[in-house]
Amino acid sequence: MSVIAPDFKLSGFIKSLLDNIFWILTLLVLIGVPAIFIILFVIPLPIIDGELLSPFLAFAALVNPTRLLPIIHAFLTTDIFKVMVFPGFGFAVLLAASVIFAERKMMAKIQLRVGPFYCGKVEGVLQLMGDGLKLISKEIIIPAKADKPIFWAAPVLFVATAAAFVALIPVAPGWVVADIDLGLLGVFAVIGFFPIITILSAWSANSKYPFIGGIRALFQMVSFEIPLILSLLGVVMVTGTLNLSEISASQSNFPWIIFLPIGAIVFFITMLAELERIPFDLPEAESEIVAGWLTELSGMMYGLVQLGSYLKLYAFAALFVVLFLGGWNGPMVVPAFPEQIITEGIEMGPITLTIEGLGPLLHDTITQEMLNGTLWFVLKTAGVIFFIILPRGVFPRVRVDILLNLGWTKLIGLCFINIFIALGLVYAGVIGPGGLV
Amino acid sequence: MTTELPSDIKPTSSKILLEKPSSDWLPPGLALQKVDERIMTLNVGPQHPGSGHMRLIVQIDGDYIVACDPDPGYVHRGEEKMAEYRNYITNIPHLERPVIHDSCNILYPYVLGVEELLGIEVPERAKYVRVIAAELNRCIYIMYWLAIYGIFLGHSTMFMWPTGDRELLIDLMEKMTGARVTHSHFIPGGVRNDLPSNFEDVCLRQVNYFEKRIKEYAAVFYDNPILISRTQNTGVLSRQDAIRLGVTGSVLRASGIDFDVRKKEPYDVYDELDIQSIVMKEGDAYARSKIPWLDMLDSCNIIRQALQKMPKSGSVRVKLKPNPKGKGFDTVYKRVESGRGSLGCYIVSDGKPEPYRLKLSVPSFRNLIALPYLLKGEKLGNMPSVYWSLNYWPVEADR
Repeated sequence: MSVIAPDFKLSGFIKSLLDNIFWILTLLVLIGVPAIFIILFVIPLPIIDGELLSPFLAFAALVNPTRLLPIIHAFLTTDIFKVMVFPGFGFAVLLAASVIFAERKMMAKIQLRVGPFYCGKVEGVLQLMGDGLKLISKEIIIPAKADKPIFWAAPVLFVATAAAFVALIPVAPGWVVADIDLGLLGVFAVIGFFPIITILSAWSANSKYPFIGGIRALFQMVSFEIPLILSLLGVVMVTGTLNLSEISASQSNFPWIIFLPIGAIVFFITMLAELERIPFDLPEAESEIVAGWLTELSGMMYGLVQLGSYLKLYAFAALFVVLFLGGWNGPMVVPAFPEQIITEGIEMGPITLTIEGLGPLLHDTITQEMLNGTLWFVLKTAGVIFFIILPRGVFPRVRVDILLNLGWTKLIGLCFINIFIALGLVYAGVIGPGGLV
Repeated sequence: MTTELPSDIKPTSSKILLEKPSSDWLPPGLALQKVDERIMTLNVGPQHPGSGHMRLIVQIDGDYIVACDPDPGYVHRGEEKMAEYRNYITNIPHLERPVIHDSCNILYPYVLGVEELLGIEVPERAKYVRVIAAELNRCIYIMYWLAIYGIFLGHSTMFMWPTGDRELLIDLMEKMTGARVTHSHFIPGGVRNDLPSNFEDVCLRQVNYFEKRIKEYAAVFYDNPILISRTQNTGVLSRQDAIRLGVTGSVLRASGIDFDVRKKEPYDVYDELDIQSIVMKEGDAYARSKIPWLDMLDSCNIIRQALQKMPKSGSVRVKLKPNPKGKGFDTVYKRVESGRGSLGCYIVSDGKPEPYRLKLSVPSFRNLIALPYLLKGEKLGNMPSVYWSLNYWPVEADR
């Protein structure tokens, strides 16, 4: 086996890091610092506490955590932060991007090759940025006879629906964008949108291969939605709630996969089908129908659909974690916040620095439990994503008739077995509302 | 002097092409379009990830294929006509272009035929070197074919593994001939160069490792339940149909007919070697995809035998006169077993240094004939698996 790429060397890595740091510092000194001082020179400076805010004082104020942290805290408690950054879109996009990178490296290891290597110096971590830039710079070509408004809208709708799915996922206690009592029903509603968007995009392209791909996607998603919903009924029965946060909190002792393994397996298989991943990637079957319903999408429209599908992957994996693997619950590994950090004041120019401790400063927004919950949630989600990616390396694609046979007969049958197990557990009083566990 | 065009002939311009032709003429493929409102015509190729350098005009009714019309000829290069303008030696490099992955085997019948025309006796060592090169080339071709079969079924690991393991044998061929793909190694009267000094040891080691690697493919590909459920009982070619359609090679042997040119009409030293001709009775896409893989395991055995029996020293080529000529009017037909099946070469000589006529009878074209029969009534999802199981190489079919 001839491998062209050189081995990873720590010395080379450190050298490249130092290289980067040198250039960042140089550019900062040459451009950044003059720019900041020019801005400070131009804008009129306010008077705070009877003192004129000089640039020095402004920097000193930012250094002081007692002044900086309340500002951060005020930002953390806004809704826009929840939607855009932490439990919402930004967090999910970050995870989705790392999933793409992990998938490419993992497939490369399975297939005895190197994978992305050169872009970004360290094992090709910046390859995704390069791909994204390429997609943005590509021309968007639309078929002449396409239904243009719908064709344009479909990729945006796809990302929006995936983001709506992400919004329903509780990441840590209290950290969820939309904490609604009918959360699981909301998930079903959002999943029901995907086939509609797919067939809209496929049909509006007015082309043969996307049409066949869209019809296949419709077949696949609709026939797997029923086992998907049925496989989750067991969890609803034993918890007696549809609220995802409460389902997550109910697994503080045991995750439901111990009691309902059949439901978990069925949900995992239907998840693969809903995500259009190998072995169920029929709507994008390359050798049969070019790229399926994605054939006519070009440039960033294709990029948006890819972003949406990876957001969907994260959301499904997270849903599996919330429903079957205990969500944020796990042993406490994050150390407690220190009670007092700096008791004796430190003279820093015009101010005296004292910090009473992080807890009171953050007003219990970021707590030990929240950090611990997020850590366990991310770890479990990464594990589920690993198992979602793995079949791509070892399975070929299934055929439509085999797929439909699997969905309509075997999986639905297994779902009912799962429901009977859940009913038995509830009536025997082992678990469920008012149960032993 | 100027001549005027007749009034009914228009000057050639793009305008003619844009004009609507008369109502009874339609380009191929479109002529079949308006059969039924339910039927959709798909042009699979030539720009399609699952077609190769050819077009399949497929008509589907829902998910079922009603008719399939293969349309080869996109890479026709006129090899046979070109051969009439070059002498027997300069024909060698361009004749291997139709199948560059199997270049030794496509040259083999030509070289055997020219040797008979010119009356040349080949040294014993050269015959063994040719057999080794031909078997290595067969494996190289089948690995490439297998890689594409894997990606046609959506199995990306089965694309990467054979492509990587193929390098082992390509390195061997590079050591032996100096070129990675188009070797031009066989010449009338032997082979171009003798083997390098330690070739036997390296070859044995690489081939043993290669055999170990391809045995691992069973676990990930041939025993895979999804692959078996997809390819078993699809595109079944019965024994009688296989004979009637004239298919050859692995397709013929998958339908239960024991025919291998190496065994039935041995050439060079194949009669001194123990060859298994692998036969399966099912005749479906799974059998057709498995036989080339078993062929590779057999090829490894043949290479080991040939390495053992080969004379350790001696000449590998006969010195030819410059510009050799045939003896008057003469014809010769020779065929060999290539990676895809029986590959024949018919040469007509009229006593000049160039062949008067050269005809290649290629297995790819003979196997392609079976495709419309096999795809009729199949599901669209079976199209790639049945199509590529025919062991078809588009460039060779076009010549």
